[in-house]
Amino acid sequence: MGLYLAALGLCAVAAAAGALLPRRRRVTPTALLGALGCLAALTAALRILVTGDAVTFHTAQVLPLTGLSLSLDPLGAWFVLTSAFVGVAACVYLVGYAREGLASRTAMAMFMVFLLTLVAVPAASSVMSFMFFWELMALSSLLLILADQSRHPEARSAAIWYGVMTHLGAASILLGFLVVAAGGGQSFSDLSAQSSAMSPLARGIAFLLILLGFASKAGAVPLHVWLPKAHPAAPSPVSALMSSAMVAMGVYGIIRVGRDLLHGGSVWWWVVVSLLGVASALYGGLHATTSTDVKRLLAYSTIDVVGLVLIGVGAAGALGDSGLGSVAHVAMMGALLLVLAHAGFKGALFLAAGAVERATGTRDLDLLGGLIHSMPVTTLVVVVGAGSIMAVPTLSGFSSEWLLLQGLLHGFGAASTPTVIVVLLGVVALALTGGLTAVAFVKLVGIGFLGRARSPGAAKASEVSMSMRVAMIWLTGAGVVIGLVPGLLVAALDRAAATGRARDAATGLAHGTGLVLTGLHGAIAPAALLGGLVVVMVLVGVLNQRATQRRVRRVEAWGCGRDEQTPRMQYTATSFAEPLQRVFADVLRPQADIEVTHVAESRYYEQSLAYENRVVDVVEARGYRPIIDGVLRVGRGARRLQNGSIHRYLALGFLALLVVLVVA
Amino acid sequence: MSADFWYGALATLIQVVVVAFGGPLLVGLMSKVKARSEGRVGAPVTQPLRDLWKLVAKERLHARHASVVLGLAPTVILASTVVAVAISPLVSTRPWLSSSADILVIVYLLLTGSAAAALGGLDVGTAFGGMGASRAMTIGALAEPALLVAVVALSIQSKTSNLPGIVSATLAHPDWVLGPSRLLALGALLIVVIAETGRIPVDNPSTHLELTMIHEAMTLEYAGPELALATLGEAMRLGLLFSLVANLFLPWGISTQRSVMSLVAGVAFLALKTTFVALGVALIEVRSAKLRLFRLPELLAGGFVLSVLAVVTGLVAR
Repeated sequence: MGLYLAALGLCAVAAAAGALLPRRRRVTPTALLGALGCLAALTAALRILVTGDAVTFHTAQVLPLTGLSLSLDPLGAWFVLTSAFVGVAACVYLVGYAREGLASRTAMAMFMVFLLTLVAVPAASSVMSFMFFWELMALSSLLLILADQSRHPEARSAAIWYGVMTHLGAASILLGFLVVAAGGGQSFSDLSAQSSAMSPLARGIAFLLILLGFASKAGAVPLHVWLPKAHPAAPSPVSALMSSAMVAMGVYGIIRVGRDLLHGGSVWWWVVVSLLGVASALYGGLHATTSTDVKRLLAYSTIDVVGLVLIGVGAAGALGDSGLGSVAHVAMMGALLLVLAHAGFKGALFLAAGAVERATGTRDLDLLGGLIHSMPVTTLVVVVGAGSIMAVPTLSGFSSEWLLLQGLLHGFGAASTPTVIVVLLGVVALALTGGLTAVAFVKLVGIGFLGRARSPGAAKASEVSMSMRVAMIWLTGAGVVIGLVPGLLVAALDRAAATGRARDAATGLAHGTGLVLTGLHGAIAPAALLGGLVVVMVLVGVLNQRATQRRVRRVEAWGCGRDEQTPRMQYTATSFAEPLQRVFADVLRPQADIEVTHVAESRYYEQSLAYENRVVDVVEARGYRPIIDGVLRVGRGARRLQNGSIHRYLALGFLALLVVLVVA
Repeated sequence: MSADFWYGALATLIQVVVVAFGGPLLVGLMSKVKARSEGRVGAPVTQPLRDLWKLVAKERLHARHASVVLGLAPTVILASTVVAVAISPLVSTRPWLSSSADILVIVYLLLTGSAAAALGGLDVGTAFGGMGASRAMTIGALAEPALLVAVVALSIQSKTSNLPGIVSATLAHPDWVLGPSRLLALGALLIVVIAETGRIPVDNPSTHLELTMIHEAMTLEYAGPELALATLGEAMRLGLLFSLVANLFLPWGISTQRSVMSLVAGVAFLALKTTFVALGVALIEVRSAKLRLFRLPELLAGGFVLSVLAVVTGLVAR
């Protein structure tokens, strides 16, 4: 516990340093202190995952009334590991990235507070401590979204969406905890003991309320609307933390409360979780393919991955209740491994998006291109990140998706029909999002980094500073190791997934370097597969050089008879995704406007032609807009009460008093 | 080194060699069948192999604005296909790394190859490359899920998604072959195979018509040895998919014993089975017209629905 507390302390010191140091000497020391704090947390979490012993800490000094209770078990440690892993990179990145808004006193302090809460939330072991860190996490990230608002005016609207959604979620979580804590006591161990005595209905209501809050933080459809606004609007290191660590906190909450505090409950809870997952995976995957803003694409793909994780968590819960404990364990391990792998590659991709924005001044894929020539390191990071999320065998996304699929496949043996249906939907969603993700990320790499520059900004780009490159390489490298030798993590993963459940003797994974299911038929060896790929590629490369014995000659690309081809003739991100957008037009509801201005002399000739194509979030437009409009209408109506007449105000005050007296 | 190891090594080597030569031969055979049924003599069956040989000796040309990706993409296409061929149950159920020959590995190896081809197309920065990449990825995004789900349907009965496991289980239970779930999955797989190998009605491999070409548009900028690599990769992919269809549904003849004779028999049976699949696909090609690009999703969605139905049927019959 000492090391973990030291980590929290270091983050707090970093926050103080950010708030107190003078502008010129602020960024580097603060960021390095934060990185040190995260490294300490990483080590502490790893130690707990290796030994499997939970540690606890209580002090009455920090929070009033109840004091602060912390307890770190393997499940919590897994999520601390995830946060700290990205946190290190975000801090190192900050050294080269922080300027203007983000380098201000408030922003630097809030960044470190945000880090602190990300590391602290999975350890909180009482309702008060949990809600304290949870709300601090929401507030600090809210302020960070606004850090760059002078350059990103859309940040204001994003912050309002985020603020409202996150506080509704927090209220819902608090209500849920109140239902469970009705019998008195507020520490998690009290709640766990009381929940066994609760009626199934009360437990179900409590779980639904808490699920609502956590699912909105995790960005599950239809509670996701804030995510594709807030994540892109935040400065890139903050986006990286939000997308890979903060989203994971929502998943953590669902697992902690559902499996640990409420002991699993009924099958329908997990059916709901899985359905949220299926909806998120498909909806996020589809929108990622049509997004042209780099960070918006990444944000939607986060929703997609969260969906897969929730499918795993839901399947694990449902299968656990259907008597397939060992299969449930595999699904849970898949979900947890995906959380960690996603933190690595999505963190790296968001940092790379920031690097691209810094170098070119835009995040619009339709204006990028050709960055592989000027930004080779960033391009490599993006290629590996895209490969991981596309689940290219041997990269980190693959091992986790494989585990997840194994959990689902063997879950077909479940006896309960709802469980089998959920598992089937999970497999279908996993398969479909695999294809959609490939389109989205081939588009990101191919349009953004290959080909020719589509704007002057992209043509003049140059590689970003050392610290930013180091941060991206750290996340990418660690991700590659996780993908190649997932066996290293198996023991830790096993402990984390078993938290809150009785251990099943038949479960699990044997491990050399790859993954081998014990008791079920299935195995993968990513390192050996990579070996095979490398051997073939080297052989082919050598033969290619030897057989030809000639240097490569550069020629013009074939232009259909044209002498010169301009970068404008290339496919753009919009045109690349157009066929798929057309296929899924019923879901995406794309809107296209064509405006034709005719020449004055004859309407058979056009003077100018404007075409606009946009894809809006259907859930937002159809689900949220009417509610918001309704509330605004009521608000405007209420304005009529306020006509400036003091008599009316006095009468209203009197009426209100009467109502209160009568009701009370 | 144990005998099992050497048997596995031999099986892997044979599979790679057989598919490397067999893939182009199957392509040649299909064009021959098409030519004959149209009343032409057609090129000899070995023509694709001769083309490859000719291309290898040519000069290496790269487009002016291309990066390293253009040179790397054909290598990745070939490598991902070769690894998939090496570990799949084609000639034998026990080649090297066959314990890793999970359906997810094979599907995502194929997807890696498609992604590499698309990136190679986008790298040159021309309209054609982008067009081909966009269309190919759209089709891949709809076809590969169907492939995955169709094999999942097979894995319900055999309780594993490991391909050699599925093949061995089918050998042990011949009565599974005519089950409704299997037939539905076979239908889905055939659609996937036609889409993935770019045959009519999805794509026409023998045309370079700008408005309709899909796969050829991506490889337009390749020349000489790189074109040979990409073409060989695609031919091997065709060989792999045909062999998988054959072996997952009619696994008989595949080598399960540790003997050289069984390997020889395995090669012969594989050649026979894939020839039948190729003849079938060629007949479909002869008898159908190429679909418009925006009608394709209907066909592919049909394939996906078939595969999901196969899973549902499998679950009901369980």
